[in-house]
Formats: sequence, C-alpha cells, structure tokens
Amino acid sequence: MVKMNILEIENLQVKVDSKTILKDLSLKISRREAYVLFGPNGSGKTTLINAIIGTPTYKVTGIIRFMGEEITNKTVDERARLGISVGFQQPPEITGVKLADILKLCLGKSFKDEFSSEEKKRIDDFDLSEFSNRDFNVGFSGGERKRAEILQMMFMKSKLLILDEPDSGVDVESLKLIGNQIQKYVDTTESSALIVTHQGGILEYLDAKHACVLLESKIHCFPDPKEILKTLKAKGYKECIQCQERVIEEW
Amino acid sequence: MAESFLTKIPHEILKEAYKAGIEKDEKARSGTFIHLDQTTLYSKINDEYKGKLEMMDTKQALEKYPWLKDYYWKLVDKDKDEFTKKAAEKYSGGYFMRILPDAEVIFPLQSCLIITKNELEQRVHNIIIAEEGSRAHIITSCLQHPLIDSSTHIGISEFYIKKGAKLNFTMIHSWKENTLVRPRSAALIEERGEFVSNYLCLRPVRDSQMYPVAYCNGDYSKASFNTILYGQSSSLLDVGSKAVLNGKGSRTEMTSRAIARKGSHMYIRGKIEGNHPEARGHLECKGLLLDSESFIHAIPELIATKEGAELSHEASVGKISEKEITYLMTRRLTEEEAISMIIRGFMDTSIMGLPRELNEEIDQIIDMTAEAH
Repeated sequence: MVKMNILEIENLQVKVDSKTILKDLSLKISRREAYVLFGPNGSGKTTLINAIIGTPTYKVTGIIRFMGEEITNKTVDERARLGISVGFQQPPEITGVKLADILKLCLGKSFKDEFSSEEKKRIDDFDLSEFSNRDFNVGFSGGERKRAEILQMMFMKSKLLILDEPDSGVDVESLKLIGNQIQKYVDTTESSALIVTHQGGILEYLDAKHACVLLESKIHCFPDPKEILKTLKAKGYKECIQCQERVIEEW
Repeated sequence: MAESFLTKIPHEILKEAYKAGIEKDEKARSGTFIHLDQTTLYSKINDEYKGKLEMMDTKQALEKYPWLKDYYWKLVDKDKDEFTKKAAEKYSGGYFMRILPDAEVIFPLQSCLIITKNELEQRVHNIIIAEEGSRAHIITSCLQHPLIDSSTHIGISEFYIKKGAKLNFTMIHSWKENTLVRPRSAALIEERGEFVSNYLCLRPVRDSQMYPVAYCNGDYSKASFNTILYGQSSSLLDVGSKAVLNGKGSRTEMTSRAIARKGSHMYIRGKIEGNHPEARGHLECKGLLLDSESFIHAIPELIATKEGAELSHEASVGKISEKEITYLMTRRLTEEEAISMIIRGFMDTSIMGLPRELNEEIDQIIDMTAEAH
C-alpha cells in the first residue's frame, strides 16, 4: 500500500524582491511522521517555510500539494484552514491583542467565550496562564514566545505542523516541554511535523523519523536524524550528504 | 420623584447618547446631568449618593456658594484666545460637580452636553472639585443631533484635585463632520492627589483642537492622560496634553493611540515640564496611518528645568505591519479580519485604568466603531 503524502512539493522556485532563493526544489512529507530539516545559514530554510504557508512577499512557481490538493495559489488563511499551521522563529508583538484572544482564535472560539477547564489546563501545562491577559508577546521571553507558538498550533488541531527553530533561544525546561508536546501531538493525532533546527537540541526530546538537509536548493533526506546530526557536526554539510544512505532514492 | 431625563430628550438624540456612553438605566450611575443646547435640562444625584456628591448647573452653584468664585476662571486664562474670551463674556451654564471629602463614588457620574440646533455656538463652563481623600469616576459625553449641519462647542473645564483625592475622568466626543470643537481645560493637583484624564474621539468632526494642562503642584501628585483617537472623513484633530510637574516626586504618564484614515489630519501633541529634581514623566504616542490621504504629525516635547528631573518619550507612526497581518492569517483570519483585529487591539482601553464594568462599556462603544468599517 502506498502511504499517502501530506505534503508534496515539485520544482519549487521562490523569489524575494526578484532575488531567487530556491530553485527546482522537491520534497515529500508522509503522514504521521516528524521530519527535521537541517541546513546552513542562508540555505533557504525559512524561505521554504514561507513558501509552504503562502506568505505573499515570497513569489512562488512550481507545485505545492497538501493532502492531494494543489495549494500553490491559495492565501495564507486558506492554507491554515486546510490544516497547515506554523510556529514562527520570531513571532511579532501585537499591541492591545491579548495572548488569550489569539488562543481563542486558534480554538475557533469567539473572543467573549471563556476557556473550558480542559483548555485552561493546557494553558497551564504550557506555563502560560499568567501571560494570558498580556499583550501578545510584549515582554515575553524567548521560551515564553516559543511555548505560546506551540500551544497555538496544538489548539488549531492542524494536520501539518511547521516549526521554525523551536529550539533556539529557549531554556532546557521549555525545550523539553516543546519536544514532548510535539511528539505527543504527532503520535495521537495522525499529523506530521516539519521542524527546522540548527543545533538539533529538540532531538533530545523528540523521536523524528527523518532528517532532511537543505543545501544548494536541494533536499536530501535520511533515516536517522541523530546520526545525521553527529555527522553534520563532525564533517559539515557537504560531506554529510554524500556519505549517508538516502531514505528515498528519487531525490 | 423626579421623572427620568429620557422623556425630555428627542429620540434621535437619545440613540446617539447611548452610543456615546450615556447609560439609560440610571441605577448604574451615581448621578446624571444633561445640558441641551443652552439650557441645563436635568441634574440628579441618585439617593444612595446624596451626601457624597453634589451636582448642579454652574450658574446656580455660583449663586449658592460664594466661595466658588475662587475656583471660577482660576486655572484657565479668560484671555487665552477668542474662545475663552467668548465663554467669559457669555455662557449658558455647564456642570458643577463636587465629590465631598473622603467620599467614594463607585458608579460613575454621567454628564452629557448636547447640541440640537443648527449654527448653534454652545458655550459651557464646568467646574469639578474632588475634595480631600475622595475617589470618583466621571463619564462625560458630548454629542450633536445627527440631523443638524453645523455647530460649535466651546467648553471650559476646571478641575481641582485636593490632597489625597483620586479622580478618573473619561470624556467621549461624538460630533459630526461640521462641528467645530474647542475645549479649554486645566487641572490643579494637590499633595498625593491623582488625576486620570481619558479622552475618546471615535466619530468624525470638522475641527477639534484641545490641549488640556495638568499642574502637579502637590508633592507626589500624579496626572495621567490617555487618549484614543479614530480620525476619519477629513477630520482635523489637533489633540494634546501638557503636564507641569512642580511638586516633589510629582509624576505624569501620557499615552495616546491615534488611527488616521479617509483624509483625516491629526496632530498629536504632548508636553511634559519637569520643574522639580524628583519629577518623573513619560509620554508614549503610537499612530497608525491607514491610507495615503491622511497624515499624523506626532509632537512630543520634554522640558526639564531642574537637575534630576527624569522625562522620556517614545513615539511611533506607521502603517499596519504586514508581518502582523500575515501572522494572524496563519491563525485562520482573513486579511480583512486580521486588519480589524489589529486596529481593535490598537484602540486598547485597558490603558485607561477604568474599573472592569466601565471598561466593558467603553469597549462596546469601540466595538461599534470597529464594526461600522
């Protein structure tokens, strides 16, 4: 039986301000699995994320399919409603909009609704109760911002979680919480995750099935993320993609 | 028993009054004052607040209390400009409010100044005295009949915040495209007194110019000015506030949020004068420009005359951040919904230090503004 892919990208080219950042890139992500994405600075990891979620300043050609449906020309909110959610590396601060408002948005509640006791417990699990009535991200630490991003994604019940460096700038406790929660979510909801990581810290707490390396607009995927991380650290990106056995031969 | 003010006011005006924060159920208010065109129509203190509050027409109060002349034209200069001169020459009354010593007024006093006649120049003079140790909230709304074309409102207001008193005063303006508005206000704050002045202007106006000043003369006195402006339909809004910090440890905080669209022109001023080595002041002004027909000119000014005074300001003017819009769209809002949410958040009433019930009321007024566009 062929396992259906949740995301398929074919011949993707992405330009920002007429500068080509990615070209001819292809990637497939299967259901119910977590992927980590490595790549040197400037290789285009964040660009790839923006292309998948549909940020308007990223001009895209090629094909992006989500659960079999082409989404290349869909807007950010249409893609979100189909089931793609993203946790940003640097989410914005929004004056006067409370964290609670955004969480209600993610839950599909009206702003006047109260949280259920179960939702309150989730907020508490993420250690965010005291921030609930504060302006969104204003004065939040790195760890608090990241926890708020992950909790929103959980509340949205998305099928594909895309995370841009959830492990950068966070303390050990937050990292453990974030890793465990993503793992639990992927295991229990049959969804997939694509996690960009620099240092690979999240792998301590998350059992990702695949490691992908983005280098010179090509993606190379391998079976053992921890092994890949070790090789990357020892030998660098170029050598790494040559010495390991690929997961899927067509790339 | 006095009949309700409801029966004396034209229906169209009542609808506008509710939109501008006037509460028809007077139980949620400690008292109500209505001045229509050139006459004080209604002035009533609810029974449970008798002995805590006094309220009457200013002219009547000046007759009743000879001592009140020491508060009349003592903070605002009669000769300041043509508008103060006009009001000094002839005025139609206004409200005199006095919160008695140590009285606590939980429900706000509400007052409403209404214009219903075309080409009318309404001139009122208000005097508000918060006696020693008192605490009170006041909501005042100024509005114009929706069907009249053109009018002028000149309002003189003098506030006296005595030793240890706290007064939170919220003014909501609902004018029309052809109203000329010239409030002239000043406040004197004594030792450990605190004055919070909130101003909301969310509806179009032809031309409004105001620059209330607070003199923090008492030691550890404090003045806060919070302003939310929604400029539209070619409105000219020149709105500022000034604090003069003379007392030891006197403080001020000024916060303004201004949204400009549809050809509105806005000057947002703020001035802090630190005349004591322990004076502290901060001024924050944020402006959102929603189109290129409009403009916002932020003018923050700091003047320190004594070594040790600490004054600061932060001002920013810009368009809505694309990053914020995209962010909210990743949370399933459409672009339009995302913009509304950012604008609504920007007009954040929690800056005004109001009790929860009152905050919810003001929020409803803002929601109506946000929904109308």
